[in-house]
Amino acid sequence: MDLVESYKDEMRLIDKPWKGFWIGLLLMALLLLPWLGDEYMIYMVSLVCIYSIGVQGQNILIGYTGQISLGQAGFLAIGAFTLGHLSRLGVPVLLGLLGAGLAAGLFGLVVGFPCLRLKGPYLAIATLGFGIAVYEVFVNSQTLSGGRMGLIVPKFSPLFGLSGSAFYYYFSLLIGVVFTLVSFNIISSYIGRAFIAIRDNDIAAEAIGVNLTFYKLLSFVVSSFYTGVQGGLYGLLMGYVEPNMFTFLESVTLFIAVIIGGLASVEGSIMGAAFVILVPHIFSSYKELVPVAFGISILLVLIFEPLGLYGRWLKIRLYFRNWPFR
Amino acid sequence: MAVKLLSVNSLAISFGGIRALGGIDFELEDQEILAIIGPNGSGKTTLINCITGIYSPDRGQVIFEGESIAGLSPDLVAQRGIARTFQNIRLFNNMTVLDNLMLGRHVKFRKNPFHAVLRIRKEELVHRERVEELIDFLDLHAYRKMRVVDCPYGVQKSVELGRALAMEPGLLLIDEPFAGLTSEEKEETAYRITEIRGKYKTGILLIEHDLRLVSKLADRMIALNYGLKIAEGSPQEVQRNPGVISAYLGNE
Ligand SMILES: Nc1ncnc2c1ncn2[C@@H]1O[C@H](COP(=O)(O)OP(=O)(O)OP(=O)(O)O)[C@@H](O)[C@H]1O
Ligand SMILES: [Mg+2]
Repeated sequence: MDLVESYKDEMRLIDKPWKGFWIGLLLMALLLLPWLGDEYMIYMVSLVCIYSIGVQGQNILIGYTGQISLGQAGFLAIGAFTLGHLSRLGVPVLLGLLGAGLAAGLFGLVVGFPCLRLKGPYLAIATLGFGIAVYEVFVNSQTLSGGRMGLIVPKFSPLFGLSGSAFYYYFSLLIGVVFTLVSFNIISSYIGRAFIAIRDNDIAAEAIGVNLTFYKLLSFVVSSFYTGVQGGLYGLLMGYVEPNMFTFLESVTLFIAVIIGGLASVEGSIMGAAFVILVPHIFSSYKELVPVAFGISILLVLIFEPLGLYGRWLKIRLYFRNWPFR
Repeated sequence: MAVKLLSVNSLAISFGGIRALGGIDFELEDQEILAIIGPNGSGKTTLINCITGIYSPDRGQVIFEGESIAGLSPDLVAQRGIARTFQNIRLFNNMTVLDNLMLGRHVKFRKNPFHAVLRIRKEELVHRERVEELIDFLDLHAYRKMRVVDCPYGVQKSVELGRALAMEPGLLLIDEPFAGLTSEEKEETAYRITEIRGKYKTGILLIEHDLRLVSKLADRMIALNYGLKIAEGSPQEVQRNPGVISAYLGNE
């Protein structure tokens, strides 16, 4: 029976000891961050945690299922405003986030339907239209958007004697880690296999019994759920939500993060999130250069490293593992 | 009268002005190997596409295990127990051989989204065992963890056959399994096809150009030309049929 044991071993998330070691080290560093870094750094890393959720969701849709969406800003807005309204009604934060995810997921389902028949650029344009429509609705509806000043999201008081920023950081980190685990689990399950099958060969996928409608819609729902949660967490961190946080540019940013981080890679999604948060920070005194930097990075990725930062990382690792033989 | 595994009645389909199938009738028994031959463009692949729901026929019926399946979508046809391979291999190229075979288990998988999200992999283990049996049967050990695109052509053909077998189909449709193989690979595949019938108890519809190989394998044979059935019978009978000879010679 030891054969069966080894199949089980293969299905572990952390299948090799060195992997556990590096992940442990990374988590340790993240946990100690409030002692190691200043307020600004804590804030930036919180943002990376929050963003990495939406980027993972977007990657499940684009990288794993092979469907494109340029309307993620719409789901972000829906998530953020849902959380905002719910927490003003006194709903606990975790439930509020669930609500944010579900509301966005529901709209994901609605957007997914017409998109079943669309491919490539047509799908991109349809989803882009959705993102812009959501923006317009919030801009034009005072009740939904909370008026000129935006919607104030009540701060919750930090627990365990932590400072406000440290507490929000730990909270974002926790949710980010949970979503990362869920991503890994989904993509290695029958659901993830079906997604990838659709991406690689939809005709064959159907011929082996994969229901294309169901799994494409599921991918839309999962991805928009993730994005909704990102929006909710973002609203929490900022303390207020207003429509201008969720312009078309935000959809583009998520898209860029997926491409630069690496298609069909969870680790890459996190790297991509870090990239789109940290690069504008580096260029903070030359804001107009940010789009240029993004554009050049995308070109470089597409030309030299189609697997993105994650692909590059794999190569570096291989290099050092085989060093000095090369 | 016992129900036939598959019966196809006056199946017809046209594309624009081209009549690809002009009313085909035939039946296939349990565990029978039926070969379909015919020159290029005679409608063999189209026939498979109509049975599996990729095309919906203009006319005619497809009855599988006593139920009509014409017009069902391909995934529903697959769930009924019909598996196929493609003339131009269609695999999930960026996945490993193992994952491709696991996808063949998709219809048999008891799907529980909570197990998927929480990484409970009991069901996975069950199917993994079945897949390992297939890896044994098809001799794919060396390629198990390899990406399918990186595998040699012959191996890809085996993987595609394995993926279809993983579905434990009642009926297996194989479109040109020997095309592009070396002569050893051909012999091996031919041997496997006879094995499959005994081991997995499936009926097999086999499309092939290589008359020598196919006449060794098939119980019965049907010849198509321009979307019409021009001969049916034992492989010897069909090959001697003057219509078949002229269709082949006239074409080559
Ligand atoms: N989707 C389609 N659109 C238009 N015409 C088609 C389509 N599919 C098949 N045909 C036509 O139907 C006819 C039969 O094609 P089919 O692929 O079934 O032939 P075949 O017997 O499989 O040939 P081969 O031995 O070359 O594989 C051909 O004339 C082909 O051009
Ligand atoms: Mg053909």
